Amino acid sequence: MKKRTDFEKIERTADVRKKVLTSVTYVLLGLWGIMVLFPFYWMLLTSVKSYGAYNAEYIPKLFTLTPTLENYISAFTEVPLLDYFVNTVIFTVITTALMLIVTVFAAFAFARLQFRGKDLLFTLFLALMMIPSELVVITNYVTVTNLELRNTFAGLILPSVTSVFYIYLLKENFSQVPNELYYAAKVDGTSDLKYLFKVLIPITKPTIITVTILKVIECWNSYVWPRLVTDEQSHFLVSNGIQAIRESGFGRENIPAMMAAVVVISVPLIALFLIFRKKIMEGVSRGGTKG
Amino acid sequence: MRDFGVNSEIWVEIQRKNNYNNKKEIAPGGFVNVKKETVMIRMKVVLSNLTKKFPNRDKKAGADVVAVNGFSFEIPDGKLVGLLGPSGCGKSTTLHLLSGLQKPTSGKIYFGDDDVTNLPPEHRGVGLVFQNYALYPHLTVMQNIVFPLENQKGKDRLTKEQMREKAYEAAKLVQIEELMERKPSELSGGQQQRVAIARALVKMPKILLLDEPLSNLDARLRLQTREEIRRIQRETGITTVFVTHDQEEAMSISDLIIVMKEGVVQQIGEPQSVYDDPSNLFVAKFLGTPPINVFEGTVRGGKLYIGEEAVLEVTGISDRDVAVAIRPEGFVLAETGAFRLDLTRVEVMGRDVSVVSTHPFSENETIRSIIRAENMSEIRGTTVRFDLIPQKVFVFDKETGARIRTDL
Amino acid sequence: MEEKNYKAWLYLLPALLFLGAFMVYPLIDVFIYSLEEGYNFASQSFSGIGTYNYSYILHDTFFLQAVKNTFILVFITVPLSTGIALLISLGLNSIKKLRELFQTVYFLPYVTNTLAVGLVFMILFQKTPYSDGFVNLIIQFFGGEAIDFIDGPYWAKMFVLCFYTIWVVMPFKILILTSALASVNGDYYKAAKVDGTSRFRIFTKITLPMISPSLFYLVITGFIGAFKAYSDAVALFGTDLNAAEMNTIVGYVYDMLYGDSGGYPSYASAAAIVLFAIVLTITVINLMVSKKHVHY
Repeated sequence: MKKRTDFEKIERTADVRKKVLTSVTYVLLGLWGIMVLFPFYWMLLTSVKSYGAYNAEYIPKLFTLTPTLENYISAFTEVPLLDYFVNTVIFTVITTALMLIVTVFAAFAFARLQFRGKDLLFTLFLALMMIPSELVVITNYVTVTNLELRNTFAGLILPSVTSVFYIYLLKENFSQVPNELYYAAKVDGTSDLKYLFKVLIPITKPTIITVTILKVIECWNSYVWPRLVTDEQSHFLVSNGIQAIRESGFGRENIPAMMAAVVVISVPLIALFLIFRKKIMEGVSRGGTKG
Repeated sequence: MRDFGVNSEIWVEIQRKNNYNNKKEIAPGGFVNVKKETVMIRMKVVLSNLTKKFPNRDKKAGADVVAVNGFSFEIPDGKLVGLLGPSGCGKSTTLHLLSGLQKPTSGKIYFGDDDVTNLPPEHRGVGLVFQNYALYPHLTVMQNIVFPLENQKGKDRLTKEQMREKAYEAAKLVQIEELMERKPSELSGGQQQRVAIARALVKMPKILLLDEPLSNLDARLRLQTREEIRRIQRETGITTVFVTHDQEEAMSISDLIIVMKEGVVQQIGEPQSVYDDPSNLFVAKFLGTPPINVFEGTVRGGKLYIGEEAVLEVTGISDRDVAVAIRPEGFVLAETGAFRLDLTRVEVMGRDVSVVSTHPFSENETIRSIIRAENMSEIRGTTVRFDLIPQKVFVFDKETGARIRTDL
Repeated sequence: MEEKNYKAWLYLLPALLFLGAFMVYPLIDVFIYSLEEGYNFASQSFSGIGTYNYSYILHDTFFLQAVKNTFILVFITVPLSTGIALLISLGLNSIKKLRELFQTVYFLPYVTNTLAVGLVFMILFQKTPYSDGFVNLIIQFFGGEAIDFIDGPYWAKMFVLCFYTIWVVMPFKILILTSALASVNGDYYKAAKVDGTSRFRIFTKITLPMISPSLFYLVITGFIGAFKAYSDAVALFGTDLNAAEMNTIVGYVYDMLYGDSGGYPSYASAAAIVLFAIVLTITVINLMVSKKHVHY
């Protein structure tokens, strides 16, 4: 009978081990979850504390019983948050739209059309992917200044339009569409342009959506270039706006109002993320880099 | 009979001695001749009322999916057993239950006399060969084969030299000793299969489990490899269970076959006896190429009718509607035969001839019967007449498909 | 065929124009700038050609401070973030319940504005006359001494910067590693389990080699990204990073170009090229190491 008990012991230790390991895993994952969520909670919490209440708390409180929306009102009235917002939307929409046109056309030429020097040109394109933006930003700054495009949307948008990486991503995707579809369209007398819009784009829609979302995120969060070419508040984007609010914002250190502004700025992208969660995560794992 | 629980170290020790003894008997061909009379430790496996349920993916649909339902069977030691059934019938789940990768919802599994139902896989001493082989792509063949040995701890652990030796023995058994330094990606499918078997064998498993071992091979290799599996099993004497959906494969090399359908065992037995004596319509249809021909029939006054033709005499059965199944080889050409079919065409296959015909009461679109080529000249006109061989005709309940045993 | 040729170029034209004007031309130009000595932005004239710009920045204490900060940041955050991300991904892959919720939560920092959330971090870590701040509250709870992480000692500021950088880069790393782990065929683990492989051995002998391509990809992009750190620092310490001793190389480039000490595109170009050289060297080393250790 001795061996029986041995078996039970093995079974039991294996069972206990598994349970302990699972519990530890959940605790650690939960901890990181709190690390991630806490700043969001704190900004929400602070944004609904009144100015007086916040400054009276030498020891910050983890909750509030008297939430107020006054900070949101100040955020929109005392600083031009709405302008920053509108600027960013304009910047994001135009940049993304232009980017899509430019990259889709270029990717189509590389994927489907024949012309002399194609392989060489594509190799050059790929080489450009390795150039960090820090290298080219200097001359671009000088160019935009010389063209007197500082503090204009053109100055903001034009250098942000192209992305070699997205051309590459789209080209790879276009190339996967079977040749037969193109030949069939040709036999039916379809023009290249019509083929592109009626066949290729609908088929590769998932990738195009991915590219669009990635670009929108990039635009919404862009800080460095806008900071260089705008110094008038009227053309600030949200990132620069938040920096301006921080440095001279409400005429006093009004942290609850600052947090309200931060919430307002963060909400659109978080909402976009929660709606397109699967698409965004899939897209980022395929083509995104940050950090 | 030594059972597994006594002391696995002793067992390993005996096996090791065995192998050293056997080494002297390596045949010119390089085979390790393990004689059946030498001390072979084999495992009887008993499955008792085994059931495995999975929660339904579609939660609204509610009921659990039953992958294996009330599986009871005893696998005698040292046999090669084919677990056979269409895809989704629960045969892979059964294999996973045996290996311990999954735990049964209810029921018991015994290896020898030991209840291993809840024992984690590493303590069961099973070797498992996966359908896609699961060879570690970053390790060489040698490293793959010694991998299980390197897992052993404490006094079970062998020295590096012993491990290499064992790996070479296993490699020799499957005849891949020249490939030891290659990576799996540099091997053909058949070679990968052998490496996978060597990796499973190297730790001297009590039971060897093979999941669809031939499905990833091309037709020629499949024939060759199934002989190989048979040979390896014979030489090692390890109780072996393999899963397949290909009835021909199972029939050709198994000592025993287990036919499953929707998680329920349909029939267990030696291949020939299952073929000759199917317990229900499913088994009859599943085994045999070309497949069995099924007709709607009736029994009236001691005669079996298909349509209006009385094809055979039957006794011991009251009048009722039945399903009649006739093996292709159960047809004998006869000018005055009782069973008349509408001839479609004759397909010549060399030694045999396959007669393709139709019948209004046939379940299948066409009926295939196999006759000897020399009788071919007797086929003329648009109809063909047969006598039936009673042993090749089975009668089943029309509703349940259960066999109706009668004297034909 | 001729007609096609010209059509294809038409499709490429917008991309070529944009890339030519804003990438290729600046790329050439930046090297020229870096060699033009005594360049005057207003008159766009220069006094000579030479390497003075390089020698200037290499002797500039602000630049040296920026290089030091950047290196500390890189060599702390890249290994730490990759390691933690690997742990978290392993955890995520071993559970079923709540997995999707965790994945969603972990991804949130990716879609937030670095500047905006940096402000929240600043408030959490800051110590002001009115309040010690939340982090200090916790430190005091465990019996520690309150520290000003934003205007205080160098190591404290560096700690916050590293902490925030890791927080920001985690989502991408977790995402890549979880999908790498999930794509390892489950049969390998089953085979290892049947063979009685210990957890540690499964991890080192199977998991790590299998995901090594993704891991090295993360290390390489991590190094490149961390060397370009800038907005994280601005978010925490404001735009005058030199004063805060928290400037990075990229920050130095921008400050030279524009900002309080700005108007020197030549110095900025030289600094940018030095940065590029450093990144290139590190990347080449990384690639050489990965050739040796990545198993595919």
